[in-house]
Amino acid sequence: MQFFQSVLLRLSTTFVTLLGVAVIVFFVIRVVPGNPIAMMLPPGATESDVTRLTALYGLDKSIPEQFLIWISGVIQGDFGTSITTKQPVLQLVLNRLPATLELSVMALIIAIILGGLMALTGTRLRGTKTEAAIDVTNGMALSVPDFLWGLILILTFGVLLPIFHISGRVTPSLQLPFTTNFYLTEAVLRLRFDLWLDIAAHMFMPALALAIPLAAIIGQLLKQSLKETMHLDYVTLARTKGYSETHVILHEALPNAILPTLTLVGVQFTFLIGGTVIIERLFSYEGLGNMAIDAVINRDLPLIQGIVILFAVIFTGFNLLVDLTYAALNPRLRHA
Amino acid sequence: MKLNRRALLQLSAATVSLAAFSLPARAQAIEELVIAYNVNLPAWDPTTGPSAVNPTIQGIYQSVFDQYILQQPDLKPAPGILTEWGWNDDKTQVWMTVRDGVTWHDGSPLTAEDVAWSLARVADPATGSPIQFVWGTLKNHRVEGNKVLADVAQFDPTIFKWMYFLTGYVLPKAYYEKVGAAGFEAAPIGSGPYMVEKFERDAYVRLKANANYWGGKPEFETVTIKFVTDAAARVAEIESGNSHVTLEVPYEEYDRLKATLTGTAIPVSDIGMIFLNDIDVMLDPNVRKAAAHAIDKQTIIDRLLKGYGVAIDTLETPEYDAYDASIKVPYNPDLAVKLLADSGYSVDNPVKFKIQTTKGFKPKDYEMIQAIVGLWRKVGIEAEIETYEIAKHYELRAADQLAPAAFYNWGNSVGDPTTSTGFAMFGPSPHSVWDGKDLIDMIVPLWGEADESKRIDGWKKVDAFIAENALVIPLLQYVQPILSAKGVVVTPHASGALLPYLMKRA
Repeated sequence: MQFFQSVLLRLSTTFVTLLGVAVIVFFVIRVVPGNPIAMMLPPGATESDVTRLTALYGLDKSIPEQFLIWISGVIQGDFGTSITTKQPVLQLVLNRLPATLELSVMALIIAIILGGLMALTGTRLRGTKTEAAIDVTNGMALSVPDFLWGLILILTFGVLLPIFHISGRVTPSLQLPFTTNFYLTEAVLRLRFDLWLDIAAHMFMPALALAIPLAAIIGQLLKQSLKETMHLDYVTLARTKGYSETHVILHEALPNAILPTLTLVGVQFTFLIGGTVIIERLFSYEGLGNMAIDAVINRDLPLIQGIVILFAVIFTGFNLLVDLTYAALNPRLRHA
Repeated sequence: MKLNRRALLQLSAATVSLAAFSLPARAQAIEELVIAYNVNLPAWDPTTGPSAVNPTIQGIYQSVFDQYILQQPDLKPAPGILTEWGWNDDKTQVWMTVRDGVTWHDGSPLTAEDVAWSLARVADPATGSPIQFVWGTLKNHRVEGNKVLADVAQFDPTIFKWMYFLTGYVLPKAYYEKVGAAGFEAAPIGSGPYMVEKFERDAYVRLKANANYWGGKPEFETVTIKFVTDAAARVAEIESGNSHVTLEVPYEEYDRLKATLTGTAIPVSDIGMIFLNDIDVMLDPNVRKAAAHAIDKQTIIDRLLKGYGVAIDTLETPEYDAYDASIKVPYNPDLAVKLLADSGYSVDNPVKFKIQTTKGFKPKDYEMIQAIVGLWRKVGIEAEIETYEIAKHYELRAADQLAPAAFYNWGNSVGDPTTSTGFAMFGPSPHSVWDGKDLIDMIVPLWGEADESKRIDGWKKVDAFIAENALVIPLLQYVQPILSAKGVVVTPHASGALLPYLMKRA
């Protein structure tokens, strides 16, 4: 019973959060300076042209009136039409979402691998110079922001050692047989490893740039957890049984030490998606973040609203999922 | 499979080799031209919406669509879809002759009907053309053979110049009516030198040469325009060989790379200027004149822009129709000090005002304003810098609420004085923040002046009046840096449009 109450409570708070985000974003972007009509006024436009264009884009109504029109459309699945692209907002953001999700997931996988390797190696070689070197590397990875890592990677693997692509998501000359925008996933499902390789070669650098700071966090936390676990009695017992140190770390200490790291990874994933905004721009990657920057520059109000709402849905949805999973796994809640 | 160290190394080597294999072959002859472009293309209709009036996108539009009149790289008009054009004697009608033998990308013929429909469409306020106020000066568009006629609702001496300016594109009537606006966005066709083969929003557009182009088939069969909005990424694109041509890179990088690549840098129709709003201390002519005379434009260009810029003293560049080389506002700090002293100001008792600027919107914009503020301080002007986004500038300017001084850039790719001095300085225009009646009275008769030489002379007098009274501070004409691989020869266009059609193999 308590579990279902918890679920209902979380669902209702999620709904309120989304509504709050919708209200805030709608009003804030209309209050901050810069309106889309002023942006598109050509030389020679008169006051009557301003009035005509303002009416054409529905900006002549009061802000509460505009909000009611917009929110009633949203309830029916109509997020409006983008001012700059003249396309339905929902279609635009849903088309871009897969690119951002694939990039974020790839970054997460890289971060887990790199962070995990650093933590395990540091624990295995604790007290040595290698551990000190890993700690220094961790510190550097954490203190340099992702966009700077992006620039370093572009210079290193794009210009000096041109191994990976610098921009885009796929080579334009390739014919894509895909029916969805999950290119990387669909390439695997269709067994088109040539395409998969091309897409991965485009995604690797932006994903790595996103992953490096997260890998450092994962590495630090996991190493700390492992260190604490290595002093526990059951680990000492495993050692006295004659197991190798590597076996002890991987099979005895890691399963317990990994739990706090997994919780952190869940939380960090949402931040990772937020971080794609700058990285996608830097690598000209056609995801939601890149689109968001253009929308803000052009003051494309319906598109900004659509992107922010989608980000909010992802964030709240992911947090909801984490909370519900936690509630489901927690015996005290499950059996209450 | 057991993954040992040897297997891991082999797998890594194979992955790197395959990844490298998927990259473009740098050493090969250029079959497919790749351009790293500095902006995204949000929409394909070149006549409606914000993209239609974005000057930086026009190069892409002009690759796919033809303008009514062709504009040559030196900004001069030339026969295009229209081979001849003009007014009748009493200027109550316009006539245009449409070129024979032009076809749309779908193979259907381009007719006078298409031209008349395109003109009538953007003249209709319901279409949403931002330039409707220009196209609306013509009415009753009709076709007689290969001629298009229209009545003049309101005489505009620049109407034919707009036919190679923003929104001046011919669209296919039958196709557009058949597929509608959404269908046109999804599969645009024009009559230009290139056809759209594939378009991925925010990523790239792949163009195929139009073999039937009336101006001759383009040199490169396939052109991919990648939208690389970050300048550092564009530098990496050209340096790594992933792209063959790019533009708008920092001047420092341009100087570094032009040693190994081909560099082209010409002045384009884009200027940097400081708007002066006739409020507060700017009502004092001595303050305005001192502010103008205290700026050493050439030194700023040399030090901050590596010499890539042309100092200007009016809003007209040397390529524009009303350029007058005799109008000068020289750098003269002593005169600035004297002018300020006449109004009771000095270094110890400086005149104070705010100057607004963007930061990073144009090359070294903020740094230029910092330098200017430094020069001003030496003569007795204490200016406080406020940075803002370009969107805020537009809004403040339209509302006539700019600070006493505000940095901006102004493009005018047709080179007519109405679209530079005219709209920037005509008080009732939403683009102008100078509302002086004397200037308005000088400009009003020029809008409808039918005698072209009289009209241009009139604008030169306006420019001289503006310079004498320092109603605005023109700073420089920008130079556009273009980098290309050794195998490509780029012909730059003074409008700033980067046109693949003008690119040839070396």
